[in-house]
Amino acid sequence: MEQENNSRRDFLLTGLVAAGLVAGCTPKKDPFEAGAEQAVASGKKVKLLSVDGEVIEVDEAFLKPVPHMPPVSNTEARLGIPGKKFVMVIDLSRCKNLKKCQAACNHAHDLNPGENWIKVDPMQSGGHTAPYWEPTTCMHCDEPPCVKVCPVDATFKRQDGIVLIDSDRCIGCRFCMAACPYSTRVFNWGEPEIPADVAAQPYSAETSIPQKKGTVGKCDFCADMTRMGMLPHCVSACPNGVFAFGDLNEDSVTNGAETFRFSDLIRDKAGYRLLEDLGTKPSVYYLPPVNRNFPFQSGLENDKTQNS
Amino acid sequence: MENSIVNQKIINDLLPQKFGKWGKIWTGVLIAICLVGLYAYYRQLRYGLVVTAMRDYVSWGIYISNFVFFVAISLVGSLITAVFRLLGVKWGSPLTRIAEIIAVAAIIFASLIIIVDMGSPERFYNLFTHGRIQSPIIWDVIVITTYFFISILLLYYPLLPDIKILLSLKERSGKRLNRFYAFLGSFWTGSHKQYLLSKKAILVLCITIIPVAFTIHTVTSWLFATTYRPGWDSTNFGAYFIAGAFLVGAGAVAVAMYVFRKAYHLEKYITDDHFDKMGRIIVLLALIYLYFNVNEFLTPYFKMKESEAGYLNGLFSGSFAVVFWFAIATNIVLPVIVLLFKKGRKPLPMFIMGIVVVVGAWFKRYLIVTPTLLHPFLPMHDVPASYRHYYPSWEEWAITMGSLAGTLLIITILARIFPIIPIQDTLNEQHETAK
Repeated sequence: MEQENNSRRDFLLTGLVAAGLVAGCTPKKDPFEAGAEQAVASGKKVKLLSVDGEVIEVDEAFLKPVPHMPPVSNTEARLGIPGKKFVMVIDLSRCKNLKKCQAACNHAHDLNPGENWIKVDPMQSGGHTAPYWEPTTCMHCDEPPCVKVCPVDATFKRQDGIVLIDSDRCIGCRFCMAACPYSTRVFNWGEPEIPADVAAQPYSAETSIPQKKGTVGKCDFCADMTRMGMLPHCVSACPNGVFAFGDLNEDSVTNGAETFRFSDLIRDKAGYRLLEDLGTKPSVYYLPPVNRNFPFQSGLENDKTQNS
Repeated sequence: MENSIVNQKIINDLLPQKFGKWGKIWTGVLIAICLVGLYAYYRQLRYGLVVTAMRDYVSWGIYISNFVFFVAISLVGSLITAVFRLLGVKWGSPLTRIAEIIAVAAIIFASLIIIVDMGSPERFYNLFTHGRIQSPIIWDVIVITTYFFISILLLYYPLLPDIKILLSLKERSGKRLNRFYAFLGSFWTGSHKQYLLSKKAILVLCITIIPVAFTIHTVTSWLFATTYRPGWDSTNFGAYFIAGAFLVGAGAVAVAMYVFRKAYHLEKYITDDHFDKMGRIIVLLALIYLYFNVNEFLTPYFKMKESEAGYLNGLFSGSFAVVFWFAIATNIVLPVIVLLFKKGRKPLPMFIMGIVVVVGAWFKRYLIVTPTLLHPFLPMHDVPASYRHYYPSWEEWAITMGSLAGTLLIITILARIFPIIPIQDTLNEQHETAK
């Protein structure tokens, strides 16, 4: 119990401190320049929350940005974060097909233009049932069919539940795409159109950057963000709080503005998972589209690829 | 004395012959098609699989259909060779080498086409350095490699006595060819000890190749059947694939029999009786294939599950209906009807039926791969319109045609180098019947 509390506090604190530090840094100078000049007190103070939970004041000049965490090694990326079990809850009653999630995801992962890891589909199960908008990500199944069929261990399941792809190993056989019942995987059919400096980076399975020609890509639950204790990009980008993300072991999920007890949320709103009968055991849960915030029609204008 | 004249005649009839005018044209055309295919593959390597019409939904296209087709046609090596040898079917012995050559050529291109389909072929070695035994692809790699080597050996061992004959007629073949024959078989003296050893080796190969052949095609069917997709999620798939493979293989042998008989004037060795018997076999195989097709389609059709309805309707009456009924007609209806009649089992109709069966089988493999991929569980919606249908690009056609031409080229070259009908076996049989 003690440990659980700690980790939740750490989760929140790390986020706050990081946000404070980033906000305080002067944007002009290159913060990573070696031997940056001695800071001179400016007299302007900034309030911060210390790791012990106390509010402290620091002179603005002494603030230094936290450098980007070095990308974790491939071995670490394959293991995942101990003690975590990430889950996502998608509340269908809140979605109006704004596609902010998609845009944020595409931007954050430097995806080839036209390629989407998040798709938002209009769903209608039967003749007299009501249509609704359904965003889909990778389901990060606990029994992932894609991982089962991968001949070279290029796609793998981590201890924290995330399914990732090692694009340096993928041979491009696309068996995982055939195996995935959620059609979540996309392929880089040609050379991805991404900035040269991005393309030159060494590949990291946690950021899924850069996407490479002839390999498979898909939603990675923003494993790099979760390692930093932050929310995936789709979650923070959605203005309607459709996505909630969190840790099953802590039994809590948050959409940034609201935090829920996961088990209560699923029980009270009758959460379910897609294609449950296949036995893939997804990590993404859906809340049915009842008491909707928006009418279905409000999402139509954003539906660029009208289904004919 | 008379005996040796007969022997000479047989040997002369069966020795590999230099290409005539048509042989040269044929080979030239095949090489040209291969070169176009190679150029298309160069483009694919350079720009990536984006040159194909495959996209995220139809992520496997005619390359994979072609792969299944090659594996299927390769199976015939085991059908004719092993089964005939083990059962002691005498009439089949002139056909064994044709079957073995087809098997070897097809399995080579099955392996090549699967590499062509890979998005990152330069990482092929990952299959060996990072291979995971739980993946059906690794099973396929293992059994296809095994089958390849067994097929090569099963072609090679029975060749040894014939190579001895070829080497004894040095003046007939050029210097380079003689050196090649010597490299392959100069150790073969034909002593009793060697004969016994070779007989035993061939027996062992014939027994091992049968389960391996069943496995290559069953495992290939599992590449599909181990997924959840409508149309692939079938317990019938292994048997359905095997049945289809026997049929297309037998069809290919019928075609090859006719062509070689015509090209090498082998009417005395590949007789009308051979065609008649192959015709009966094809009818039987087509009926077996019909049985598995009924199993594969009728029970899902009866239920019409929501997830499968789109796929089934697409085949029976939708956008794939023309191809589907064409494949059923050419694979099952036509061969059964035509070959039931004695006149239908004459060489020329057999040849036509063989082509019909093989062409139909190719399209049947197309139907196994593509329609399923166009009917995923979740709607194909938030993607570009080009993702929602599939028609192969010219590069895909060129590579596919190139691989088919390459197979024929290997068959042609092997037939140019080696006797297409086992000479020694024919001589032995001649002696037995003379006695």
